[in-house]
Amino acid sequence: MTEASPAKAYALHLGVIALLFALSFVLPDYHHGLIARIMVLAVFAMGYNLLFGYVGLLSLGHAMFFAAGLYGAGLSVYHLGWSVPAAFLAGIACGALLALVIGVLALRTSGVAFMIVTMMFAQVFLLLILYFAVWTGGDQGLVVQQAARVLTLGGTTLDLTNPTVRYMSALALFSIVLLATLAVVRSRYGRVLVAVRENEERTKMLGYDTFSNKLAAVVVSGTICAASGAAYALLFGYVGSSFASVQYSILPLLWVLLGGAATALGPLIGTLFMYYVTDITSGFTSAYLLIVGVALILLVLFFPKGIMGSIRQRWLGWLP
Amino acid sequence: MHFGPHLLLAALEGLVTSAVLALTALGLSLVFGVMRVVNVAHGEFFMLGAVLAWAISTAISGHPAIGFVAALVIAPLIVGAVALLAERLVLRRLNYNPEATIVATIGMLYIIQQLALTFYGPEARPVEPPFSYRILLPWFGYSGYKLSVVAASVLLLVATWLVLTRTRIGLVMRATQYDSETAQAFGIPVDRVYAGVFALGAMLAAIAAVLIVPISQAHYLMGQDPLLLSFIVVIIGGLGSLRGTIVAAVLIGLSDGIISMFFSPTLAKIIATLVVAMVLVFRPQGLFGTASR
Repeated sequence: MTEASPAKAYALHLGVIALLFALSFVLPDYHHGLIARIMVLAVFAMGYNLLFGYVGLLSLGHAMFFAAGLYGAGLSVYHLGWSVPAAFLAGIACGALLALVIGVLALRTSGVAFMIVTMMFAQVFLLLILYFAVWTGGDQGLVVQQAARVLTLGGTTLDLTNPTVRYMSALALFSIVLLATLAVVRSRYGRVLVAVRENEERTKMLGYDTFSNKLAAVVVSGTICAASGAAYALLFGYVGSSFASVQYSILPLLWVLLGGAATALGPLIGTLFMYYVTDITSGFTSAYLLIVGVALILLVLFFPKGIMGSIRQRWLGWLP
Repeated sequence: MHFGPHLLLAALEGLVTSAVLALTALGLSLVFGVMRVVNVAHGEFFMLGAVLAWAISTAISGHPAIGFVAALVIAPLIVGAVALLAERLVLRRLNYNPEATIVATIGMLYIIQQLALTFYGPEARPVEPPFSYRILLPWFGYSGYKLSVVAASVLLLVATWLVLTRTRIGLVMRATQYDSETAQAFGIPVDRVYAGVFALGAMLAAIAAVLIVPISQAHYLMGQDPLLLSFIVVIIGGLGSLRGTIVAAVLIGLSDGIISMFFSPTLAKIIATLVVAMVLVFRPQGLFGTASR
C-alpha cells in the first residue's frame, strides 16, 4: 500500500455516504428498499472483509455471527418485549461473545483446518437453532411485529417500518461502520493485522503477540457482522434459520472477493453489484445459485483482486 | 421388539451407512492426501452419481438388475469425466492453491446443484434394487441388498488399498503425496497424477451413490449430508490417512445409526459436529493419523 493522504481517503468515503444520502430522495420505491437492504448486508461484508481481507483468515462460518445478532435482537424483542435499542445491543453482545469463544478455539488452527472448523461451528449453530424450534421458530423463522419495531428517542417516535426511517437507519449504521473500519485499518493496529497476513512468523519475531491481535480481529469482525444481523432483524422484521445456513457464510466471501478484498469500499461495491445481478437475472431464470457458482469460479480464476482491488492497482494507488 | 434385536437392527443400518460413507470419504481423503485440495464439491459428485443412476436405470428397460449394473458402470465414468474437466479447466489453473481451490469448489457445488435442480427437478426418485431377496433372521427379515452393499464396499476398499500399496500406479500416487517436487524431478507426471486422483475421488463418491440409491432415493440436495459426514470421517481419521479414514467411517456410521435410532437425529448431528470440530482444534492430526501436515 502506498502512503495515502488521509484527507483524500476520508473525502472519498464521506462523498460515498453523501451520495447514498442524496439517493434516498430520488430513488423509486423498489430500489429505495433494495438499497437499504444492501447497506445492511454491506455491513456484514465489511465485517467479513476485516478478517478475510486484512488478516487473511478465510472463515466459512460467518453466518453464525450474523445469525447471533439476528436472533439476539429478534428473540429479545419477540419473547422478552425489549425496546429496540436494548435489543440491538443484545444482538451485538451475543455476536461479540460468540466471536470470542469461537476465536479462542478456531485460532488454534490455521489454513485449511481454520476454514473447516469455522464451517463446523456454524453448522452446529444452525442445528441448534433448528433444535430449539420452540423458541426460534425453526426453519419457518419468526416475524417481528410492526408494533414492536418502534424507536422512542426523547420525545420523538421513529417507526422503523417506515421506508425513509429504515433507509436512514441503515445508512447511519453503514456510515459508522465504514468510517470505523477505515480508521481501524489505517491505525497502527490495522498495520499489524496486514503484517500478520503477509508474514505471520516475521510479525511474531518482531515482538507482536499475533494470537491476541488475531483474536481481537475475530471479535471485532464478529461484532460488526452481529450488528448487521441485529439491524436486519429490527429493520426488516424477519428472523429465520436460512440466515445461519452455509450459504450465508459463502455470500459475504463472494461479495468481498467481487468488490475487492482489503479495500474499504469493496464490500459495498460487491454487495451492490451481486444483488443487482441476481435481481436482474431473476427476471429470466430461477437459477440464482448457478450465477453465484459461476461468479465464484470466474473471480478466483481471472479476477482475484476484485473490482476495487483492480482499480487501486491500475489507477488509484492511494485508495484505502 | 426387545432391546437386543433393536440394537442389532440399528447396528446393521449403521453398517450400511458406514460402508457407503467409507467409499465417499476415501474419495475425499485421496484428493486431500495427494493434492492437498479440500473438495467442497465432493458431495455433489455423490449426488450426480445417484441422479445419473436414476436416469440410466429408467432409460434401460427389462430386468431391474440390467439397468442397475449399467448405472454402476456408466454413472461413475460420467462423473469421473466431469471431475476431470473441472480439474483441467479450474483447479490446475489455480495451481492447487488451498484457499482459491476451496472457493472454486464451492462454486462448482452451486453449479452442479443448480443444474441438477433444473434438469432433474426437485422430486426424490427411487431406483429399483437389482434383487429383492430378504434374509430371515430370528427376529426380523433384513434386506439382502443392503448386506450386498456392505460386501461390495468392502471389496472396493480392499481393491483400492491393493492398488495403492501393490501397484506401480499406487507407488506413483504415494510418491506424489509424499513430495510432489521430488516426484516431478524423478520424472513422475505429477500433473497427470493430480488429474487422475481428482477423477478417481469423484468416481468413488459416484459408486457409493449408485450403491445407496436403491435404499434411499435420488434427490438434488442429497449431497450435503455425505459431504459433512465425509469431512467428519476424514478429520477424525486424520487428514490424508487411508486406514484412519476407514476405521473412522465404521465408527461414525455405526454410532450415527445407533444414536439416531435412540435420540433425535438433529441432536446426534449437533453432538457429532461439535466433537469433530473439537478434535480438529485440539488434535489436528486426527485420532488415528500420525501424518504431519
